[in-house]
Amino acid sequence: MTSNVSWLTTLGLLPLLGALFIAALSKRNELAAKRVAFGTTLVVAAAAIAMAMQFQRDNVDLQFVETYSWIPSFGINYAVGVDGIALVLILLSVLLAPIVVLAGWNESSGGRWSVKTFYILLLVLETMMIGVFSATDVFLFYVFFEAMLVPVYFLIGGYGTGERSAAAVKFLLYSLFGGLLMLASIIALYVLSGEQGGHTFDTTALSHLQMSSTTQNFLFLGFFIAFAIKAPLWPFHTWLPDAAQSATTGTSVLLLGVLDKVGTFGMIRYCLTLFPDATKTFTPVILVLAVISIIYGAFLAIGQTDFKRLIAFTSISHFGFITMGIFAMTSQGHSGATLYMFNHGFSTGALFLVAGWMISRRGSSKIADFGGLQRVTPVMAWAFFIAGMSSLALPGLSSFVSEFLVLIGTYTRYPVAAVIGTFGVVLAALYVLIPVQRALHGPITPGNESLPDLNLREKIAIAPVLAVIVALGFYPSPLLNVINPAAAHTIAQAGFTDPLPSIDGKAGK
Amino acid sequence: MTSNSLVYLIALPLFGSAVLLLAGRRCDRWGHLLATALSAGSFAIGLYQFLQMLGRANDQRAVTQKLFSWISVGSFQVDAGLMLDQLSICFVLLITGVGTLIHIYSIAYMSHDRDRRRFFAYLNFFIAAMLLLVLGDSYLNLYVGWEGVGLASYLLIGFWNQKPAYATAAKKAFVANRVGDMGLSIAIMITFATLGTVSFAGVKEHAPVASTGALTAIGIMLLVAATGKSAQFPLQAWLGDAMAGPTPVSALIHAATMVTAGVYLITRSNFIFDAAPTAQLAVAIIGAITLLFGAIIGMAKDDIKKALAASTMSQIGYMVLGAGLGPAGYAFAIMHLLTHGFFKAGMFLGAGSVMHGMDDEVNMRRYGGLRKFMPITFATFGLGYLAIIGVPPFAGFYSKDKIIEVAFNAGGIKGITLGTAALLGAAITAFYMTRVVILTFAGNKRWDEKAHPHESPFLMWAPMVLLAIGSVASGFLFTHGDALRNWLAPVVEPHPVHEAELLSPAVVSILALVLVGVGVAFAIVKYLRSQVPQVAPEDVSIFTRIARRDLLQDEFNEAVFMRPGQALTRTLVKTDAAVIDGAVRGVGRMTLGSGNLLRATQTGFVRSYAMWILIGAIGLIAAIWVVTQ
Repeated sequence: MTSNVSWLTTLGLLPLLGALFIAALSKRNELAAKRVAFGTTLVVAAAAIAMAMQFQRDNVDLQFVETYSWIPSFGINYAVGVDGIALVLILLSVLLAPIVVLAGWNESSGGRWSVKTFYILLLVLETMMIGVFSATDVFLFYVFFEAMLVPVYFLIGGYGTGERSAAAVKFLLYSLFGGLLMLASIIALYVLSGEQGGHTFDTTALSHLQMSSTTQNFLFLGFFIAFAIKAPLWPFHTWLPDAAQSATTGTSVLLLGVLDKVGTFGMIRYCLTLFPDATKTFTPVILVLAVISIIYGAFLAIGQTDFKRLIAFTSISHFGFITMGIFAMTSQGHSGATLYMFNHGFSTGALFLVAGWMISRRGSSKIADFGGLQRVTPVMAWAFFIAGMSSLALPGLSSFVSEFLVLIGTYTRYPVAAVIGTFGVVLAALYVLIPVQRALHGPITPGNESLPDLNLREKIAIAPVLAVIVALGFYPSPLLNVINPAAAHTIAQAGFTDPLPSIDGKAGK
Repeated sequence: MTSNSLVYLIALPLFGSAVLLLAGRRCDRWGHLLATALSAGSFAIGLYQFLQMLGRANDQRAVTQKLFSWISVGSFQVDAGLMLDQLSICFVLLITGVGTLIHIYSIAYMSHDRDRRRFFAYLNFFIAAMLLLVLGDSYLNLYVGWEGVGLASYLLIGFWNQKPAYATAAKKAFVANRVGDMGLSIAIMITFATLGTVSFAGVKEHAPVASTGALTAIGIMLLVAATGKSAQFPLQAWLGDAMAGPTPVSALIHAATMVTAGVYLITRSNFIFDAAPTAQLAVAIIGAITLLFGAIIGMAKDDIKKALAASTMSQIGYMVLGAGLGPAGYAFAIMHLLTHGFFKAGMFLGAGSVMHGMDDEVNMRRYGGLRKFMPITFATFGLGYLAIIGVPPFAGFYSKDKIIEVAFNAGGIKGITLGTAALLGAAITAFYMTRVVILTFAGNKRWDEKAHPHESPFLMWAPMVLLAIGSVASGFLFTHGDALRNWLAPVVEPHPVHEAELLSPAVVSILALVLVGVGVAFAIVKYLRSQVPQVAPEDVSIFTRIARRDLLQDEFNEAVFMRPGQALTRTLVKTDAAVIDGAVRGVGRMTLGSGNLLRATQTGFVRSYAMWILIGAIGLIAAIWVVTQ
């Protein structure tokens, strides 16, 4: 489908415009930089919602497609377009951005560089996030995939706390390593496409390539490892807790909430559609890694003494669920995984934002330094509690719908994986309730007697996040209706159909 | 039939809880009144629905309401739908009726608590979640209510969570419930994979053609769910600690309603259990074990609330046993659930009244002779006592004897074993309940001079009186003309059952009464005829010591799950840093070769990153150029 309005390009350029505007401001005018950044992210969010209203949800083709020749001699195009899955992830990115700006109003000061630079980096990152989910040219995707490391690197290394430089380098090296493997696969794809009719980087065209199974397996691994590091999946996870611990709250929210989803999104968009046979070959191994991630991440979260690391490990558990849902290859698993990506962004985002406020008030991220906050700061305590309930997927909150879809979608094809994954549900109760008890319950411990409760700005930032968590728990249809056709299409492309109920052989439906 | 008003049953208390929580301190003065009114409103709707139902033919009584499509992905279709039938109306009236009485009671009981508004918000939230549990028209809707009541229970057990022990008790309850919930979750998965639907109507329709293996697996998983929520063996350990919650909570949630949800789940799933005899037998066995387990613990407890909690566990064991006996037992399981709802809630409120008059003292060894100071509490508690031990014509006599009778008549060794266990439980129940009554209300006073026991205010004793009336009359009303059984028959007993009689009703009643008499006599000899020490004696048998420690349930859980789990967590945390991250760092070091290069990355690498991208891009283009020549 073509559109008269270049929706995606406009959406991607808007944050850059804001960044340019901030760059033109005086360095001392910090408030103006913040306001411009907040205003820009709001405009982008509004534009994205307007675009989503135009989306034809029953149309499984890519929509808002734009194609311009970029480097014709190599067949590289600036080609963008979205299906339901990409649209949902773009919405997630642009909705979280203004919340991150508002919630972390003061976290940009005290960094290595100016406040101005912080917001420029943030807005550039927003452009990259929109780009990486919209690209339909593999080369363009790669460029965004790698280029988004730059603003994140500077955001962690320049504005974080503690061992921020080391964490930033670790993040960078890890991602670069994955990126290089993917690059090798991309080159090979390009070569193969040349042998089979014409050089191209177009995702749809590449999905029709003929490959020997060995080639497919190798190329698949190149993509998959890059995405498994990004997601991250066990055992490629160790960069995430370090990065999350050192980054500012806002950066962590974007890192865990959005950037990591590039990994799971990449698995759907590239691993599954480009290499359906290799996907089948590796599915058992990947499911094992996913199940290990669920359980391992949960145990590690239980064992953490630092709020930020705890949340990072819960995310590793959650990414295990998402990966399991993707590779279960059922419509419930797939729709559930994409919905999970969206819901996880909000629920972990909320958890990180509130934890960040607690940490900045107390001046420590050690769980043991808190105690009795329910009496001192009731609103903050409630916000943390609700975010925690969402993290353990309490029915009635959004993450329950996605987690249950993943589990039931996995069960119909891989019952053992689903049953083991269900143990993660019990562990989730522990990794949420243990910090809740330590920090919010019990007597008020020294140092916490006079912490201030959330101020108006913080309440305005967290309220919409919690509202979305509750609303989508009871009424997930607006998102599911967009996701379902794309998810079903992806599975059909990969050559799978949903397993039938086992009684169908006997009685019919 | 459809109805548009079912949703208001849930919406009223849910609205109340939202208002009380969001409006905050502003509604401190009237919040409890609003919550009580909304709970009463829900009861009124329930009563109206019940009367409407009475006016319809037997097979026309169920009504449904579809709100919207909740989750729809591929063939997995779940509506936000409600269903009110003969079974769920029993629960609706119990939940909202007893619930409203307990709201009223709490107005006085919690009047001095600074957080009374929050307490009422949680109570209203509980009512809403519990109604959703019994009104949901599919297993997934039930699940939402199921975990919702778990959350309410967590919040209310930990209502005074500034005390670390209470916060721990709340967490323990939530986690134990989650273990059970995992069973429910897996049961729903198997149901969908086997039958392609998770709605009660759909499952009922398709279950007869499913394989016995699948139905057995579903049944066992549902039983796991029931053991968590209903504090049945082996997931029973949380209930005693749950007494940390304010006493009205113990009455409503941990006696009359929430903990009976497992019995509802099994009864609701009768179409699965009736086709899976192994799972059904497992249900009966779990019920029998728990009824004895709880009763034995009940004999050793000095804390009045914990004694009643052990009793609750035991009485739910009777219900689960009844439900595990199949079509012959479902109706009696539900009957015992309802009568228990009256007498146990009444006794818990009585315990709360005693604590209210005794400065929150819970140790029965520090009570004694309170009947003179609290005549109304004594009278209502006493009627509940007569009901629970099964003295005719009080409520428990009808409901418990029926379960014992059906157990005996289940046939063969199974019948004799289960029946004997149930009969033995009745004797022990008589003993420990008599002990509670004697220690609290009879004998010499053993309290401090500082305590000034007094009767509770009207708002507290009025609900106790109403519940006592239920304890007296409900059993007779339910059995008169087989009223309850006929009422429930379309849901749980579509085909009438005739079975061989091992023991006739009269024989069972006589046997039970004799054993109850023995239990009562023992307690009188031990506690009324001799001096009761203020401190529990230490020179007791090993059996008493084990019973005092809840038959070592916590020790078992700690040894088998908690400590190995903690050790595993510690090991994993260490290996994650040393092995996995160590390997990563090792690879990094090898790749980068030397410390010099590493140091260079700290500063120089940053700016040269753009260079890396450039080199990468050039490399890419060069490689493409080379291979395409």
